[in-house]
Formats: sequence, structure tokens, C-alpha cells
Amino acid sequence: MRPDDISFVVSLCRAKAGLKVSAEKTYLIESRLAPVARREGYESIPDLLAAVRAKREEPLIWSVVEAMTLGESAFFRDRAPFDAFRDEIYPTLARARGGEAVKVWSAACAGGQEVYSLAMLITEMRDGGAPVNVELAASDISARALEKAQSGLYSQFEIQRGLPIRQLVQHFEKVDDLWRLSADIRRMVRWRRINLIAGLGAVGRWDVVFCRNVLSGLDAPYQKKVLEDLMLVLPEDGYLVLGAKESAQIAGDAFRPVAGSPGLFRRNPEFRAAAAA
Amino acid sequence: MRTCLVVDDSRVIRKVARRILEDMGFEIAEAADGMEALAWCRAAMPDAILLDWNMPVMNGIDFLRRLRGEPAGETPVVVFCTVENDLAHISEALEAGANEYIMKPFDGDIIESKFAEAGL
Repeated sequence: MRPDDISFVVSLCRAKAGLKVSAEKTYLIESRLAPVARREGYESIPDLLAAVRAKREEPLIWSVVEAMTLGESAFFRDRAPFDAFRDEIYPTLARARGGEAVKVWSAACAGGQEVYSLAMLITEMRDGGAPVNVELAASDISARALEKAQSGLYSQFEIQRGLPIRQLVQHFEKVDDLWRLSADIRRMVRWRRINLIAGLGAVGRWDVVFCRNVLSGLDAPYQKKVLEDLMLVLPEDGYLVLGAKESAQIAGDAFRPVAGSPGLFRRNPEFRAAAAA
Repeated sequence: MRTCLVVDDSRVIRKVARRILEDMGFEIAEAADGMEALAWCRAAMPDAILLDWNMPVMNGIDFLRRLRGEPAGETPVVVFCTVENDLAHISEALEAGANEYIMKPFDGDIIESKFAEAGL
């Protein structure tokens, strides 16, 4: 790829999605964009980018940006956040809400593994006999990722990452070479296309936001903006779940880490008071 | 050191699995069929068993049923590792006492993830 093509991709991804794409990772950019060029009917990546420049068509622009957002995903990834949801987050919020639904949002859900893991976990909690009132939603910036997530179809490779075999037997059926999640689990989730850097004023209130390993892929100013916007989405007793190695420090005192749970944060109630004073 | 018995009639698979499991800190023993595996278990019961399904002499599922009837045969964590990838086989394995189930082809990440699921 020519240097001007690379810098075009880098600035396009930053402008549209706040993404931090490293210009040195030419191989990564090429491996992500080659399938897009094929799919959209172009001979090569330079041809695809020339068309993006010339036509300025949103769907074509987004097919390039979306390809660069793809992240890795696994069922019950890192396990600890799911245990924390079952043992601490849900019981705490359920008490505070007094029977009203606890609203959980999986932001940047990619292939849907995280939100479906939550749905399976909630089913398991209900099987334990307790009434569990949870509203689940998932969003992604990529329309293609949302389409895949909603289909509930996974490869043999994907269903062997983090998913216990008993959960596979309980919730999946085999369809040719793929595995499909049951309609009961799929129906538990509502889906929306959301670009996290475009402002979160319209997403409403969410008690728990899972936003794991997303911020670290964004340019620093956008990391701060997204965290500040997420603070306004959460009620004062809400939880924010970041990746185990991620911190909310860039947003100052807006969030406080929960001791002993890497990646788990609560809103700092004093923060708003300080801002208002 | 925790021990794992790798049971597979393919020497190549045994070698690949050995390398992955040794990196995870297991001491490895190998058996080429269920009968050999049973002899191993009677001599020294391992902590874990990675078990192929289709093998000559005694297959994996027959071995597992025999194992679970042996003295201390309930103790090893048994993870199937086979090309059989339909729900009927998986359910049969679980009913016979398997703890986890890997569908070939596998890689190190899958073995690590499945062994973690099985509590190892």
C-alpha cells in the first residue's frame, strides 16, 4: 500500500469511529481491507480506496471503517466479570431497584458472544429458582457484526472458546457445519447500531454497561469523551465493566475501581457534586 | 506435578497434545488405545485424561465407562478430544462421565480453555 493510502485509512477511521489505527501495521490494514475490496467488487485495495475518495458514499466508507474495528471475542471471556455480575452486580442493583428490571448494555458487542454469555448466565440464575429481572441490549458500530450476532450462528472454532460443553448442549443446535444459539436466548437481547463517539444522549439509562477492550482501541481524546458520556448513561449506583487491563483514569474521578475486581468500576457520586459546585 | 494421560491412536496427535499440556505444567503419559489407558490408570491414576473416541482395541467411550467403575476411577478429569462433533456423541460422552469435550481440530487456546472449564 502507498503511504498516502495508509494515512487516508488511518484518518478515515479516526474521524468516523475514533479508532486508533497504527500506520506501521500495514499488514493488518491489508489483511482487513483485502476482503472488503473483493466483496465490493474492486481489483485491489488501492482501487477500493480510490472509489471511497471519489464517491464519498457512506456505505462504502463504513465498509472500510467497520473492517478495521473487528476485534477478538469469546464466550465468557475472562470469566471474572460474569461471576461478578452474578454474585455482586445483579444482587446489589436488584435490591436497589426493588423488582424493576436491571438494565444491562453490552457496548461494542462484536459477534455477540458477551451479551449471549450474559443471557445464558441469567437463564442459569433463573433455573436456580430466583426471579431474575434483567433487560439486555447490545450494540456495535458495525452493521455486519450486528447481523452476525443476531443470527446466533457460530463456527466450531468459536463455540470452543470459553463456552462450557454443557452450555453448548443446553443452548445450541448444530446446523450443517455451524452451531446456532436457541431462539429463547436470542430473543432475550435487543440490538442497536451505535457509534460510541457520536454522543450517547439518545441511548437512555443503563444500570450496567459492559464496554470491554473497546476504549484501548480508541484515540486518547475519544477514550475520555466516551467515558464521560458513559457516566451520564449510568445512574449513580451503576456499574461500568471495562477490560481487565483497562482503566478509567483518563476521565479523572468520574469512576472508582471496585477493589479486587480488575476492570470493574462504579460511578463516583462525589464527582457530579464536585462538578456542580 | 499434575499428571495427564493422553489417549489417542495417532502418534502425531499425542505429540501435539503433549507439547501443549507440558507447557501448561502437566507431566504426560501416553496410551494408544483404551486398553493401554486402563492399564495406566490401574498402575497410577492421573489427574486428567485427554481422550480420543475412535481407537482400535478399546474405544474412548468404552474406556470411560470402564474407568468410572474402577476404584478411584471417578477422580480424573476426562476431556474428550475427537472428530465426532454432533450433539448425540457429546451427550453420550457427558452421560458416560466426561467433564469436557473438544472437537478436532484443536489448538492450544482451545485445550487451555476447556481444561479451565473442567476446573484444571
